[in-house]
Amino acid sequence: MQSTLPQPWPGVEAHWRRTLAVPSTSAVDGPGASRHWHFLDNRDDVLATGMEPVGTLLCVHGNPTWSYLWRTLLAGATSPETLAAGGPWRVVAVDQLDMGFSERTGTFRRLEDRINDLSDFTAELGLTGPVVSVGHDWGGLISLGWANLHREQLAGVVLTNTAVHPSGFSLPPALQLALHPAVHKWGTTTSSAFLRVTHGLAQPALADDVRAAFMAPYKTVSRRAGVGNFVADIPATPEHPSWAALDEVSSGIRTLDVPALMMWGPKDPVFSDRYLRDLAARLPQADVHRFEGASHLVQEDRDIAAPAFAWLAANCLPGSVVSTSSTTEASSTTGASPATGFVPMLAELDARRGDASTAVVDMLPEGGTRSLSWAQLARDVDDLAAGLRELGITAGKRVSLLVPPGINLTTLIYACLRLGAVIVVADAGLGTKGLSRAIKGAGPDFLIGIDRALAGAKLYNWPGTRIAAEDFTPSTANTKKAVLGVAATVPQLMANGRVVRLAGNAVRFAPVDPDADAAVLFTSGSTGPAKGVVYTGRRLAAMRDTLKDTYRLEAGTSLVAGFAPFALLGPALGATTVTPDMDVTAPRTLTATALANAAAAVDATVVFASPAALVNVMATAAELTDAQRTVMAGVELVLSAGAPLGVALLEQVQQLAPNAALHTPYGMTEALPVTDIDLPGIRAAGAGNGVCVGTPVSGASVAIAPLDADGAVLAEATTGAGVTGEILVSAPHVKERYDRLWITEAHSSYIPGWHRTGDVGHLDAEGRLWVEGRLEHILSTPAGVKTPVAAEQAAQGVAGVARAAVVGVGPLGTQAAVAVVETLPAVKRAGLAPAGLAAEVRAASAAAGVPLASVLLIDAMPTDVRHNSKIDRARLSRWAAKVLSGGKAGKP
Amino acid sequence: MTSGGPGTEPGTGPGVQRRVLVTGASGMLGRAVAQLLHDRGYLVRTLQRRPVDAPWESMQGSVADPDVAAAAVEGMDAVVHLAAKVSFTGDWNDFVTTNIVGTRQLIAAARHEGLRDFVFVSSPSVAHFGSSIVGAGAGAADPALARGHYARSKAAAEEIALAEDSPEFRVAAIRPHIVWGPGDTQLVERVVERARAGRLPLLDGGRALIDTTYVDNAAEAIVRGLERMDHAHGQALVVTNGEPRAVGELIGGICAAAGVRAPGYSVPGWLARGAGSVIEKAWTAAGARGWVKDEPPMTRFLAEQLSTAHWFDQRHTQAVLDWTPSVSLDEGLARLAEHYRRQ
Repeated sequence: MQSTLPQPWPGVEAHWRRTLAVPSTSAVDGPGASRHWHFLDNRDDVLATGMEPVGTLLCVHGNPTWSYLWRTLLAGATSPETLAAGGPWRVVAVDQLDMGFSERTGTFRRLEDRINDLSDFTAELGLTGPVVSVGHDWGGLISLGWANLHREQLAGVVLTNTAVHPSGFSLPPALQLALHPAVHKWGTTTSSAFLRVTHGLAQPALADDVRAAFMAPYKTVSRRAGVGNFVADIPATPEHPSWAALDEVSSGIRTLDVPALMMWGPKDPVFSDRYLRDLAARLPQADVHRFEGASHLVQEDRDIAAPAFAWLAANCLPGSVVSTSSTTEASSTTGASPATGFVPMLAELDARRGDASTAVVDMLPEGGTRSLSWAQLARDVDDLAAGLRELGITAGKRVSLLVPPGINLTTLIYACLRLGAVIVVADAGLGTKGLSRAIKGAGPDFLIGIDRALAGAKLYNWPGTRIAAEDFTPSTANTKKAVLGVAATVPQLMANGRVVRLAGNAVRFAPVDPDADAAVLFTSGSTGPAKGVVYTGRRLAAMRDTLKDTYRLEAGTSLVAGFAPFALLGPALGATTVTPDMDVTAPRTLTATALANAAAAVDATVVFASPAALVNVMATAAELTDAQRTVMAGVELVLSAGAPLGVALLEQVQQLAPNAALHTPYGMTEALPVTDIDLPGIRAAGAGNGVCVGTPVSGASVAIAPLDADGAVLAEATTGAGVTGEILVSAPHVKERYDRLWITEAHSSYIPGWHRTGDVGHLDAEGRLWVEGRLEHILSTPAGVKTPVAAEQAAQGVAGVARAAVVGVGPLGTQAAVAVVETLPAVKRAGLAPAGLAAEVRAASAAAGVPLASVLLIDAMPTDVRHNSKIDRARLSRWAAKVLSGGKAGKP
Repeated sequence: MTSGGPGTEPGTGPGVQRRVLVTGASGMLGRAVAQLLHDRGYLVRTLQRRPVDAPWESMQGSVADPDVAAAAVEGMDAVVHLAAKVSFTGDWNDFVTTNIVGTRQLIAAARHEGLRDFVFVSSPSVAHFGSSIVGAGAGAADPALARGHYARSKAAAEEIALAEDSPEFRVAAIRPHIVWGPGDTQLVERVVERARAGRLPLLDGGRALIDTTYVDNAAEAIVRGLERMDHAHGQALVVTNGEPRAVGELIGGICAAAGVRAPGYSVPGWLARGAGSVIEKAWTAAGARGWVKDEPPMTRFLAEQLSTAHWFDQRHTQAVLDWTPSVSLDEGLARLAEHYRRQ
């Protein structure tokens, strides 16, 4: 048998290969049958460590792969990191019978046989001690079948792109063709099409030698019989002979109480997110990580070994805390547990049920306003909640809201909060692709959207029962409902609720668990794919309280909500909220006139606006009438978050709103806000290394995790002045966790009690925080770690420079610093800066402590979509590296 | 750091009474090394092909001649070996004779004479195989992969030299990268002449980032190699100014210093690399027939040098030599300008 396995396979040690003759008790085999198994086993590596294995990973491949798929787990099981985390793991990765290099039995083995085969194998191998089952593809189902039967030794479950319930299962067109009865035998057995299509799913493509290794056991038609039989054994209907066995596994795992980890490639055309959601519902304790961009062969696309062993160490070692809920372990994020003084988000609304004063106002594009009183808003929220509940929206259900800010969105948000449903809010500014990824990642049960969003949902196959945010015109309603696949409309649901209320039936809502998930908010996606950030009701309430205490936003305040994240807090704050007429996907569409009109509608005392919006407001300020200027003079507070603001812009804003305190809080989707500073504070701070963002807001603490010479973050928190490192924050309003990103969450909460922001900066002697840039933007030069912000500010002081970004090119520790400069007017073609300008920028940057290797000009900086202001330095760095190694100076 | 500039008083430096042979002292770098050693109080003897006017003992001859080599090392304590055939073209046998056989002869003579220290001055091109070098350390020399006769022969010679290293006979290889300065005929004069004649294109807009070495820094690093032999022996160390610059900017700086117009047009790197191969072959053939005597206007090696990034990680080198460059790139360009002004 061993002679049929040529060596070497890339990534496989020769001594891992073992074979075993296993007496078979499977129904398909006659009495006394023995089957020959081939498997990979790192037993010798474990012995060589001189340590006892902490347990065994039993890895089961799917179709049409083999144990080769698990080679990184075998290698990682005795790595120094794994040993340090608790000890070595034994890894046994089988080749199922008729697959890989195990025996070709000449039988048709069904699911029931295969689960029994695996039990026969582990019995013969004498596998004792704690076992974690690991599976992929149909091997996931078989591994779970084994898990159900071996609960006494089961210590955990790890699953990758698999499914236990194939309802609605459909194959991609290429495989459907290959499996059509007319061509099935040809597709799976006679030809190697099925193998080649599966291997072709890898993202990025497999290396030639790896592809050859996957193909190796299946080179001839006779060796591929198992591949065809496996496919024929997929039970698509209850009539299928394997349906009963499947049903037993899929219902049996509901009672597995061991820790579970699911690592998923969401680009898988077969085992898509719907099966992940199905599995997560069956194993609610599971930690989930979706590798954005990875596909079916997630083991090939990403490093699953390092996170798997980190997870195992945290969850499956004797004595490690067994998490029975996905939130228990992740909630370590912030330390601060606000046990006292919890006031629900709906408290203010409930208290003002009889209040006829204005609560919310929309500025309509065609002119005029629409408004609701507190009493009306409270009533609409309850009516809508009742209607939504009728449709099946209950506590814990996820509801994606694709509705622009305004009264409709506000009503929906508070109705969902009332029900304990989890709102999923992704900014349309992410663009269709980013939005699509975000929604698929969050996996909502319901999706409520305006026409355009519903069309997108249909087109891109977004999950969730669809609900239209607005009624359709009667003439087209039926057609549109059918075309968009809409189950109901919001006005209709609200009317249903109203009918119940008017009929005199008291509608009651159960109290909502403040520590259950309440919202999934998506990050801007300025650094990689947007991430879902989970908030509980308690943490949302803490965000409200922080804003209230920091800015003294009392009931009676009236605010212009030109910045979406704060808009949803208006009714919770008891503040009258007006939504200006603007395209919320593009903040810079807010004009001075639109702002002043909104302010006039409510006699605004507070304005929330993003920096990009303020830039446009100032650019259009000349249009304002005297009356509008008078309205702006009544504003007491202007709050602008999202990106740093220059003093020059703030001084202009001050002229427009002469009586307002101008505040620029610092924060992120995961913690909003963290610190605050006002214009006098910015002036007092003066110039320094970075942008001074002030002192922590009410309830928040800030610390710094220092960096080593290569820029790696040390696992310690200091508040010492002048130490540059990653900015850490702890506050009751910090996120609960990242959504379905277990690895990202583990990384962000790595320093106990703190959330790692990914920003770098330092605290000064007065306790003010200075932000020096993003952690991934630091330069590790031969002269030490450098942060780019101060050098960029210096470069921007050179005449003719509009914006500058300083990035590192080359290996960590010896990077060369490069300034990428946008000039005024902009250049048409990117390239080296002319000698004179280069010399000036060089001198300025060197004076700020960063000598430059090169100065490049660019026509336009790449920025993120939400704020139009954050420069994507990672992209610039890759571009600069390419340009400066002689490559084409194309677009970054 | 203990680097001493060329201005150190004669007879007071750390090299008092040490006798050092410097080969190849007629070139810019060899001359600078001999001068620096002399200034630091070493007793210097030089060996070169052409006669030199110098305040130290000098011999004329070829290192490939065993008798010359034996006479040159006689009575010495250490050798700094710079003599080499440096050219983009030429007959392979000439490179073998000077660069490989010459090195072997000199080492044999030094060992026979009982000398203890041998600094082999090499080139990063011995480990440059045509692709970009971005912040890399000194790779292993490989005669099979090095590009062009010069690099290939130097790679073989470096291998031979480092193989001889032992506690009794200590060998260090110092690889200064693109050495330039006033009086430089290899880079500066070529750039200036071609720019003056209007036949110097930039490749790919001159954006490739390259490290260079101002001559004084290269000389210091070589002398430090001798002085820090305890740490440096057995190693190959790339030496640069540690200031990578875009090649276009560097050429612009040199042209500005010489008062000539910087190149105003750019040629795609792939085109120059292809054309370089053709020109190189034609030039070699023409040279064999005696039709041309100078270097070809473009070679594949030169095109690669000018269109791919090559800059290095200097942390290890600077730690081993306990040294940092004393002349910055901008200061070097200023000195170059001063040199041209005086001409």
